[in-house]
Amino acid sequence: MFKRLHDDNTFVFTFDGTDIQACKGETVAAALFANGIAALRKTHTSSSQRGPFCMMGACYDCLVEVDGKTVQSCMLPAQPGLQVNRAKAQDE
Amino acid sequence: MTIRSESEFAVVGGGVVGLSIAYGLLNKNKNVTLFDEGDLALRASRGNFGLVWVQGKGAGMPTYAKWTRASASRWQSLARQLSNDTGWDLALQQRGGYSIYLDEKSLEKKVATLTELKKQLGGDYPFEVLGHNAIKKEEPHIGKDVVGAVLHHEDGHLNPLVFLRSLVKATQLRGLKVVQKKVTLITPSGNGFTVQTTDQQQHLTEKVVLASGLGTKALGETLGFKVPIRPQRGQVLITEKMPPVINRPSDEIRQVNEGGIQIGASAEECGFDDKETIKTTAELASNAIKQYPILAKAQLVRSWGALRIMSPDGFPIYQQSTTCPGAYFATCHSGITLAAAHAQLLPQWLCGDGAAITDLGIPFHDFSENRFDV
Amino acid sequence: MATDDTDIVIIGGGPAGMSAAICAASHGATVTLLDEQPTAGGQIYRGLSNGDNRIAGLLGKDYQYGKKLIDQLARTTVQHLTNTTVWSVDENAVITYSKDHQANRIAAKIVIIATGALERPYPIPGWTLPGVMTAGAAQILLKTSGIVPEQPVLAGTGPLLYTVASQLLGAGVKIAAVVDTVTSKNHLRAAKQFPITTPGPLLTGLSYLKKIKRTQTPYYKGATQLKITGDRSANGIEFQHKGKVVSLRSNCILLHQGVIPNTQLSRSLRLEHHWHSLQQCFHPSIDQWGKSSLDNIRIAGDGAKIGGAIIAEHHGTITALGALADLEKITEQTRDKLAALPLAAIHRLDRLRHFLDALYAPPVHYAEPTDDTIICRCEEVTAGDIRRYAKLGCVGPNQTKSFGRCGMGPCQGRYCSLTVTEILAAENKLSQDEVGAYRIRSPVKPVTLEELASLHD
Repeated sequence: MFKRLHDDNTFVFTFDGTDIQACKGETVAAALFANGIAALRKTHTSSSQRGPFCMMGACYDCLVEVDGKTVQSCMLPAQPGLQVNRAKAQDE
Repeated sequence: MTIRSESEFAVVGGGVVGLSIAYGLLNKNKNVTLFDEGDLALRASRGNFGLVWVQGKGAGMPTYAKWTRASASRWQSLARQLSNDTGWDLALQQRGGYSIYLDEKSLEKKVATLTELKKQLGGDYPFEVLGHNAIKKEEPHIGKDVVGAVLHHEDGHLNPLVFLRSLVKATQLRGLKVVQKKVTLITPSGNGFTVQTTDQQQHLTEKVVLASGLGTKALGETLGFKVPIRPQRGQVLITEKMPPVINRPSDEIRQVNEGGIQIGASAEECGFDDKETIKTTAELASNAIKQYPILAKAQLVRSWGALRIMSPDGFPIYQQSTTCPGAYFATCHSGITLAAAHAQLLPQWLCGDGAAITDLGIPFHDFSENRFDV
Repeated sequence: MATDDTDIVIIGGGPAGMSAAICAASHGATVTLLDEQPTAGGQIYRGLSNGDNRIAGLLGKDYQYGKKLIDQLARTTVQHLTNTTVWSVDENAVITYSKDHQANRIAAKIVIIATGALERPYPIPGWTLPGVMTAGAAQILLKTSGIVPEQPVLAGTGPLLYTVASQLLGAGVKIAAVVDTVTSKNHLRAAKQFPITTPGPLLTGLSYLKKIKRTQTPYYKGATQLKITGDRSANGIEFQHKGKVVSLRSNCILLHQGVIPNTQLSRSLRLEHHWHSLQQCFHPSIDQWGKSSLDNIRIAGDGAKIGGAIIAEHHGTITALGALADLEKITEQTRDKLAALPLAAIHRLDRLRHFLDALYAPPVHYAEPTDDTIICRCEEVTAGDIRRYAKLGCVGPNQTKSFGRCGMGPCQGRYCSLTVTEILAAENKLSQDEVGAYRIRSPVKPVTLEELASLHD
């Protein structure tokens, strides 16, 4: 659904244990999009799927978990070796 | 100026106290009109903590302890009735609640207070003291700095916003008339009262109940009440939704049924300022992490301040006007805990049978504002 | 705790914030600029400092223009804190922010809020599905990472929609369709506002539309009843066009319905706001120098009124000049002299803005979402829920918040506040000013309890 115009300076981080290829300067949300991953979490209220919506830190739909904290993947620079997980919903 | 409506009861105040009373009166088939303000009114009912709380209430006034317990024991029936009316679940849980302590001295002091209260209540006051290991067994996420807790088995909590919404819907279903205008003046007239609103309308009523929290002051004084109340700011934090981490509520921290962790219990004297401050919210956060270290990484989504309605001794006031009989004044800072009493017992007093409450072993005249006369 | 007062603290590093900082520093004020992004530029010039000419080339000269401001800012004495999230500003101009997972406070004599715009919420059924994002979000992906959607549908209206379409086409993207909600009524209304001067930006806009035509991109004008299809993620869009239902397949839908001021901080400060009927949103009330209803709080750029990058840049300068004069760094005469040019420029560009506001006014259906449409994305509250709360007696958004958790999630109403106001206004037959907006509380952006606790002395 998304593609990179240029593939340079690639490195790898993990999302739920899976290797994700990222390019320098990308946020986690951007890298996931480039790898065909748009759905990042389920909502607490109805367990519906959500993914990045605004890409500017305003909507909080792109939440993921890093180091036990819920963070916005669109505001989080991808870095080599970073371990990113899906944020847990209330029923998980 | 036109006369709009005639009713047996006018209830001034659309918060939890006013609505609970109105609900009770409607259940007694009374004709009730409720007056409520606009969107930005000071609304204690929308800032509260959602506890149905017994422990410690009434230390220094056993009647209040009895009144609190009378309400707590009626809460399941109120919740059932409201759910039947509306189809909504209040998420009421009365499986006990804690006061959690980080130092031995404060814990001992609390235990002494509750022991004295238990004595005054004839030994019927089900609480127990849990040491660190005992509370850790109940609450696996409790911090190492917690020395112990008091567990009172009659304590509980609910979703206060669903409760508020349920009261609005249930009273609407039972024929409550609502006037969404601020009341400017209430005057005795004929066999009752004239209630005047900001839009210059007049409403006639046989009896009037002032349940308008901090807004009661000016209205009440013209009806002969002293209204000795003041605002006290409480600040509350709410985190992002989390998987279940807290089993039972405490008077400072609870996990709401939607998953967020609510943290509260500050008290500040700062007039009508209901803003949140970093100083107090930082203190609340620090205390919460000591009690439940797992909360350190939780994201705080929002904080807010709201104003409690405090009487000089902190206990409720229920008063009928001596100069204008038929005018009643009700106030408390525990509108959730006391809602069942307000819906099921207070209407008897409003309908002229206060003795029925006293017959339950709760000397109702103790709540008169005359107790503040020197 | 707060260090010694800085003369001026500016929140937001877009055109308004950058120009305010440059101006204030050049007249001897101590200036701190707090910005959420890793580099200066705001959303409009985002990624420009990365220096990737392959991408800057695709984005055009209006984008590259921002380099001038970014370079100028770098040459000043301004203390520029990047990756810095402000989550509280109080009425004493004390700002609390997070940087590197650490909470800090800074006190200012004057705060300039330059937090720019947000895309107007455009709630239609299915807009919460993965694969649906704002047109601005797609543009950010292009600007920052050179990532582009494949066969997207762009839907809605507003200058940015056509800009993004044109930029994506330029990047070689095949656009599945542009579903335009603009109506001929808008054309008539806009004709009355036609600007006599400054056709430059207008010609640019026309060239975008021409490019859409030239590339034979399917273009549906006057679409209504938009609805995104899909179960777990978006797989298409349906809408009414010329009396027929059109159904298109795409797993990437880019929505846009114009932009509105980001008023989270000004609301949290309980500043005065008013409804602006042409822009169909609330503006914080400010005087000609950007001064809000609190003397020490100023608002510059799109956060005050939507004007676009160039107006924001001039407004930033004017707001800084007002602050400098109040701090007695310059005289009022100097202020007035220096403000003359930017004021004249704003005056000139305002005429174009009025034309655009009229032409791209959101369609009626945007403010009247169907009952099943989710309005509050965070708490999943629907338009039908809000209408039911109105029937229970909710006259204002703060009541609907208590009744149904609408606006209580982490975004604190950024993507539902305006719609809730519109629905309540319609249901209760009140004006938007009478209905009002959410009371915003700190933190305006979530912060961990440990960070907040670190501020406890």
